[in-house]
Amino acid sequence: MGRYILQRLIQAVPILALVSLISFSIMQLVPGDAATLIGGPSATPAELQAIRENLGLDKPFHVQLLKFYAGALQGDLGRSLLLGKPVLEATIERLPVTISISIYAMILTLFFGILAGVIAALRQNTWVDQTVMTFALLGVSIPNFWLGLMMIVLFAVHLGWLPSGGYIPWQTDLWGWFRTTTLAAVSLAVLQMGLLARITRSTMLEVLRQDYIRTAKAKGLPKHLIVGKHAMANVMIPVVTIIGIILSVLISGSVVIEAIFSIPGVGSLLGNAILRRDYPMIQGGLLFVAGSLMLMNIVVDVLYVYLDPRVRYDRGK
Amino acid sequence: MTEASSNIGYAPELDETPPQPWAFWRTDTFQRLIRHRAFMVGAVLFAIVALVGALAPLITSVDPNALSIRNKFKPPSWEYPFGTDNFGRSQLSRVVYGARLSLGIGLGVLVLNAVFGVLLGAAAGYVRKLDGPLMRVADAFMAFPAILLAIGIAAALGPSSMTAVIAISVVYIPRTARIVRASVLVVREMEFVQAALASGATHYRIVRKHVLPNCMAPLIVQLSFIFAYAVLTEAVLSFLGLGAAPPAPTWGNIIAEGRTYMREAEWITLIPGIVLAVTVLSLNLLGDGLRDVLDPRLKVQQG
Repeated sequence: MGRYILQRLIQAVPILALVSLISFSIMQLVPGDAATLIGGPSATPAELQAIRENLGLDKPFHVQLLKFYAGALQGDLGRSLLLGKPVLEATIERLPVTISISIYAMILTLFFGILAGVIAALRQNTWVDQTVMTFALLGVSIPNFWLGLMMIVLFAVHLGWLPSGGYIPWQTDLWGWFRTTTLAAVSLAVLQMGLLARITRSTMLEVLRQDYIRTAKAKGLPKHLIVGKHAMANVMIPVVTIIGIILSVLISGSVVIEAIFSIPGVGSLLGNAILRRDYPMIQGGLLFVAGSLMLMNIVVDVLYVYLDPRVRYDRGK
Repeated sequence: MTEASSNIGYAPELDETPPQPWAFWRTDTFQRLIRHRAFMVGAVLFAIVALVGALAPLITSVDPNALSIRNKFKPPSWEYPFGTDNFGRSQLSRVVYGARLSLGIGLGVLVLNAVFGVLLGAAAGYVRKLDGPLMRVADAFMAFPAILLAIGIAAALGPSSMTAVIAISVVYIPRTARIVRASVLVVREMEFVQAALASGATHYRIVRKHVLPNCMAPLIVQLSFIFAYAVLTEAVLSFLGLGAAPPAPTWGNIIAEGRTYMREAEWITLIPGIVLAVTVLSLNLLGDGLRDVLDPRLKVQQG
């Protein structure tokens, strides 16, 4: 096992190097002079020169790139122009907010997505199945930022049940956190729920046709045990594989969703950086997010072994 | 196939009569698609949206950017079926012309994905030496959350429709290439390809005539989902001010502009969102249908 984890980490190194290259190259895509864009039309030539020197834009590409790599290896992802502090520090400061909402959205996704998929599979081809799957398809098709806006209109403006934005940390007020994050978490979760419900349904249908389920039925086991214990064990396997994808989509979504609900997380940090052309923040933030997701995917693959005893990474390698 | 393989070495004309999946799926598969209910619902819905976009000038004579401050914030009525916005612009015109831009950008992404996805996927799948490097690069692109990478690229390039097409394509081409590569790897080892090779066909000919036609099914399925993602991602980019620059009427732009007036004029945001969702829904239905009929093995799509 240890060997497998090590192997995965080593394989991740060249990809991470490429990921850094891509993040770094984003600033090179800026048409014309990045310094002029950052400084604005009123910047004097001296100010522009200062920006160039500050960002290292006056140096050749490979020197800039090597500096970026050297920095990244030491945990220095650059310095945000807007906030005047290191990108890593700014990101980590806001991380708890985004993580708490992502976990909330993840729980909603897993619970309702799997539940809907299982119910649809058990009632295959009935109106229950069709209704659940229609909703799942709608969930996959509705743009989450629009759903967020519509929920603000309904639940905050018309009904007044929930605040339309803002954020209360869970450490200070759990109920307040719950009230401020629910709409955001639901907007983030709906797409994934639909995806997960569709996958769970088709996997469950496949599993239910297998011999060991028939044997369990023949033994006279109660249905809730067959489904809940025997079938679910195998249904969970593909679900675990897509957890990485779900996380990735949640993080993507947080850029827009956090902006809509005025939540001070990593998403809105990146969103602001994009609007205000804070390129070091965009570069560093992208690298941070991609790197963390790669690590998460390795963790998920390791978890896989515990869920599926058939998978043994050590053997034969 | 049996006849062909028994003639290996003697039959240079083997190359002239390759298995023709194209001809087959024109007939049999087409029939199955027509009988697939979800596919037909998606096809009809999508056709309606596409037609409305294509025939925009016939549907409404009002310029989507014509200002009429006197008529601002009119709720939906006979004169303004979708209401008006803060500048008194007809929302019907804006949503209808928005279909042109939004679908046009989706189409651009689709074409770039088809071209580069096939080129890179075929190169990686057919040329062993290129496989490793190309796939590592694809892995690196896919390590980024899709929409986030598109946002980053669009932020650098500056807002325009072209930016949206490029940013979204860059994100999805590695995914398309991976799917093409996977099928090429399978087809490459098949007997008829070996037979063609033995009978002296060039690699170019083998890839073009034998390998690629047999990779079409998963590619077409993938492209229909990419169209759906592209339309959604374009809306996100426009919403963030990174797509086609306002006042161009894309659905994302209209939603973003309506956001400020959500409390007093929710129709500005509501209607383009519904149209957007219906469009994406129709593409998902189309994709599901194509997958069921063309490529039943492909169950889990990558996000």
